[in-house]
Amino acid sequence: MVVRAVGKALPHDSAHLHVAGTAAYTDDLPEPRDLLHLAVGMSSVAHGRVRRVDLAGVRESDGVVDVMAASDIPGENNYGSIVKDDPVFAEELVQYVGQPLFAVAATTVDAARRAARRARIEVDELEAILDPLTAVERQSFVLPSETIVRGDPDAALENAARRVQRRVFVGGQDQFYLEGQIAMALPQEDGGMLVYSSTQHPDEVQRIVAHATNRDAKDIVVICRRMGGAFGGKESQAALIGVVAALAADKTGRPCKLRLDRDDDMIMTGKRHDFVIDYDVGFDETGLIRGIAFEFASRCGMSADLSGPVNDRAMFHCDNAYFLENVRIVSHRCKTHTVSNTAFRGFGGPQGMFAIEHVIDDIARTLGKDACEIRRRNFYGKDDRNVTHYHQVVEDNILDELFDRLQASSDYEGRRAAIREFNASSRVLKKGIAISPVKFGISFTSTLLNQAGALVHVYRDGTVQLNHGGTEMGQGLYIKVAQVVADEFGIGVDRVRTTAADTSKVPNASATAASSGSDMNGRAAQKAAARIRKRLTAYAARQYGVSEAEINFRDGKVYIADRIIEFADLAQAAWAERISLSATGYYRTPRIHYDRETFSGRPFFYFAYGAAVTEVVVDLLTGEHRVLRVDILHDCGDSLNPAVDLGQVEGGYVQGVGWLTSEELWWNDKGELGTHAPSTYKIPTCSDLAPDFRAELVRDMANREKTIYRSKAVGEPPLMLALSAFHAIRDALASDRNPLPDLRAPATPENILRALAGANHE
Amino acid sequence: MSSARIRFVLNGEIVETAVDDPTRTVLQFLREDLRLTGTKEGCAEGDCGACTVVVVEPGSDGDVELKAINACIQFLPTLDGKELITVEGLSGGSGELHPVQRAMVDEHGSQCGFCTPGFVMSLFALYRHNDKPTRRDIDDALAGNLCRCTGYRPIIAAAQSMHTRRDDWDTAAHARLLNEVARDDDLAIEHQGRRFFAPGGIEAFAALCSRYPDATILAGGTDIGLWVTKQHRSLDTIIYAGRVAQMLEIETSGTHLEIGGAVPLARAIPAIVEQYPGLDEMFRRFASPPIRNAGTLGGNIANGSPIGDSMPALMVVGATLVLQKGADEREIALDEFYHDYQVNDLSPGEFVARIRVPLRESDAIVASQKWSKRFDQDISAVCTAYRLELSGEMVRDFRMACGGLAATIRRAAHCENVINGSSWNEDTIDAACEALARDFSPITDMRASADMRLVAVQNLLRRFFLETTGEAPETVYSYGR
Repeated sequence: MVVRAVGKALPHDSAHLHVAGTAAYTDDLPEPRDLLHLAVGMSSVAHGRVRRVDLAGVRESDGVVDVMAASDIPGENNYGSIVKDDPVFAEELVQYVGQPLFAVAATTVDAARRAARRARIEVDELEAILDPLTAVERQSFVLPSETIVRGDPDAALENAARRVQRRVFVGGQDQFYLEGQIAMALPQEDGGMLVYSSTQHPDEVQRIVAHATNRDAKDIVVICRRMGGAFGGKESQAALIGVVAALAADKTGRPCKLRLDRDDDMIMTGKRHDFVIDYDVGFDETGLIRGIAFEFASRCGMSADLSGPVNDRAMFHCDNAYFLENVRIVSHRCKTHTVSNTAFRGFGGPQGMFAIEHVIDDIARTLGKDACEIRRRNFYGKDDRNVTHYHQVVEDNILDELFDRLQASSDYEGRRAAIREFNASSRVLKKGIAISPVKFGISFTSTLLNQAGALVHVYRDGTVQLNHGGTEMGQGLYIKVAQVVADEFGIGVDRVRTTAADTSKVPNASATAASSGSDMNGRAAQKAAARIRKRLTAYAARQYGVSEAEINFRDGKVYIADRIIEFADLAQAAWAERISLSATGYYRTPRIHYDRETFSGRPFFYFAYGAAVTEVVVDLLTGEHRVLRVDILHDCGDSLNPAVDLGQVEGGYVQGVGWLTSEELWWNDKGELGTHAPSTYKIPTCSDLAPDFRAELVRDMANREKTIYRSKAVGEPPLMLALSAFHAIRDALASDRNPLPDLRAPATPENILRALAGANHE
Repeated sequence: MSSARIRFVLNGEIVETAVDDPTRTVLQFLREDLRLTGTKEGCAEGDCGACTVVVVEPGSDGDVELKAINACIQFLPTLDGKELITVEGLSGGSGELHPVQRAMVDEHGSQCGFCTPGFVMSLFALYRHNDKPTRRDIDDALAGNLCRCTGYRPIIAAAQSMHTRRDDWDTAAHARLLNEVARDDDLAIEHQGRRFFAPGGIEAFAALCSRYPDATILAGGTDIGLWVTKQHRSLDTIIYAGRVAQMLEIETSGTHLEIGGAVPLARAIPAIVEQYPGLDEMFRRFASPPIRNAGTLGGNIANGSPIGDSMPALMVVGATLVLQKGADEREIALDEFYHDYQVNDLSPGEFVARIRVPLRESDAIVASQKWSKRFDQDISAVCTAYRLELSGEMVRDFRMACGGLAATIRRAAHCENVINGSSWNEDTIDAACEALARDFSPITDMRASADMRLVAVQNLLRRFFLETTGEAPETVYSYGR
């Protein structure tokens, strides 16, 4: 029997360390001698000209060793990766409350934080733009607005039998990784700098640190063994933390660590974009969309950061699962004097999908039909109606099959009828149910980022060290790739150790983002391992005088015609014959191409699909709700590790429900964020998980593309299954008097009461 | 006798250490001084649970009591005489995982792993307390732990399967160690002008409060901890109430529950809910187990936040406070205690010695509601409490108190006036709702806007009415449970 690692529900590679408290995060690493701790001084004004920065009080504070501001930066004062509009330390202009102005290095964390509060900053305040609608009014944008048009939306809208026009709002979201942003920089000999960084993108930290400290990439090493969660929040934002630590280490000549306090982290670093969405949809009596126009205004904050690709992805995903024959999408990337928003699981996709799912729900409610029927009516076709608005043919559509299965397994129709009955006799509590699909494009839309490298070493004892450009943030990437490598050699996964992401081992790696981690790094690692196996095979064939076809690696052994030897013995023998047991592997995603100018091409290698049914109960008096039952069917192709993938599906769903229900970002009229700690910013807790929660992976639908073992990416897509929860709440609120509840996301008790009150005021 | 060193048990070993900074947190001590880095900092305000550890204290009859607490806001000297168990202390000597840890691995209960040690410790406390936890028990036990990765399903599964293995817990061994570190004198730490006192008796406590009228009186530290971790305040003199025997007692006199000023919420709440079952859901939603294990009812009251959750209920049932200064005691009704935002009736050197909660009278309906963005561990945007006595259709006595609507927790006088002596029906409630708009002019903040706070309190009153008529028997949280 062949024991394979791929496809097995193995625990996370660090699970036994997590539970024992022995998994080391950046702050857990042994502290070097002479370590200094850093704190960052921030702007308390949303927009203004800096008149004076008086740091005397900071310098005099107990334990302070050094202070640094913009003028102390030897190189480039920027950590913006695409557009250079993100100063590490603001100099003349401050553009959000929380923007870093200086850093202080002290002998303890506490001393540094106390000292940072003693700065005197004088600012001449300028008018601040604090919301996207005002930004649109003032034409305040971080990047030019973009438009995609397909067909003739104006004529289609004009000619449509029915039409709905609305404005809807969807809030932002803080990543709320449990481990806050952190980096520790250690000066090395001859101008080198070693940075331990909690980052999804070590390569970018390396680049930004090099530019800021006037070094070359060769001088900088960035290492990340694991993050305590990231969710996109450590894609571009980690560079700020890393560069501040490195600048301080450079200036003081001592190791420096910057660990942000939770409140500072939430105030200083970017989040998911909130969107204001205007739509105008024309449809026929069957609910078929004839024409649609979207206008998006997103809060990008004070700089571009990743807002370009985030908003592009929102434009790509505002079709979700539906064929939009005549469509216009206008996207405004609004500049506001708030923190620059950034990547967060889904990366604009969730907001685009929120828009179209709202449209579908409104069409159904306008026609008095079940939204499930309208969804199916508008699904992409298989042979026709299968071209997206960016001209990619949807080749792998499984939406109808998923809906067939899920509607049956969840008893959607039966429960919908029971809910109608319940609601008829319940005055205060009302139930609602909704089913929603997910179709999510897999690949970085910037084609050049779709490349990955790996490095594999086989040692003479037959054990393996694996390194790749991917980072581990809890998603289980390391175990999945280790499973792939174990199977290349036919050895147990316990003989493979994955070492920390390290810019000195695999260079120029893309961010671990866009759900691409296992697709790309799995393939790269497989190739590296296969090269070594090929050398071993060739050697064994020569040595034993058999053909290569007669050699097999499995169960920790090598089968050489009728001989069986231990894998370790073959490794030892090959070494003795001076055969290299180390190899790199490199992968570039095939078949993708895309023209940013025309928004057309094949930006995505394939699509990942899923569907969810959520049932809720809502209290019409308090506006509180609870999710009662969830049924999920999600497509991971042939899963590399069903336990890890199921974890992504379940966790993604719950995180999405948080985004759409309890997680509210609130700024006051001075642009100060009021929700900057878990006391005020409410992510789901244990009791929020539905008492009846059934998530399943689709087990019989391999990826039709040649991905690693025909698996599919799973990091982001499940988050958007949570749209079913939002629409279940709307379903509970809707009534004859209030057929299209004006419910803003997040559906907090307050927003639910507002949606109900809106009807009362009619 | 005073001593500048504290002694406690840490993972089975007795630790004796000097305390230079009395406000050094247990988390800082673990991570920075001992390099025990298994316990994590996620928020430094007792809200995320990544720092959860278990404290063991002597119980009655040779038993011991285990409590999960937040190490991030607990001051180190409060550990004196206790045992602390961290995640490092759970696995056996051979490194074998504890059943709780094993279950978390088997059920795939960790992803990024950063919250995991905290969950493990909360689950360990549950493991020792309850060998057949229901889903609701699990929810309640984990209300103070946030996980951002898993969505909780596998963690719940771990809680349900952890008892398939037994651990080697030995109560007597822990009791013996606790006995070894027990302190029979008063703890007094003075270092570079900073003082920390932990007296064992109320006379000594009162004398210290009189001697240092500007001192910070520390009970559970679930608020004062944040003064240090978030506001970086220097507290020069701290007088700890957590060892004062008389303030740790709950007694029942003929007419009242007498709850000592330092009784943790975890003990005070069941005693109150036993008298007033209508307060059950409110108190379930009150903070989290680690906060309730450390935080005290007296602290909640004395701190006097306008969004404190215990006070509306205590006001409507007619609770009084016994305030002590030196040897003198006086009693004041809770609804006369607050003067303005964080201004109360306490004079310098005076403290809340005990809370007197009237015992239930059979025909009164008592209820309390909380309105917040999340069920568990949230701060109220609005909090209400009611006490209703009916005589047939007529209201004999109605009291309503609210939090989150004004600078202090207070009674809704206009609303009460409308209802008192009227028929208990929807017309009266309509009129009472209008009166509520005269009672309160709430503000807008991150928890809710002014206009919706008012709508909410009116709806909450309507809801209470429908609960009494049986038309809205369940909340969304109790539905189907």
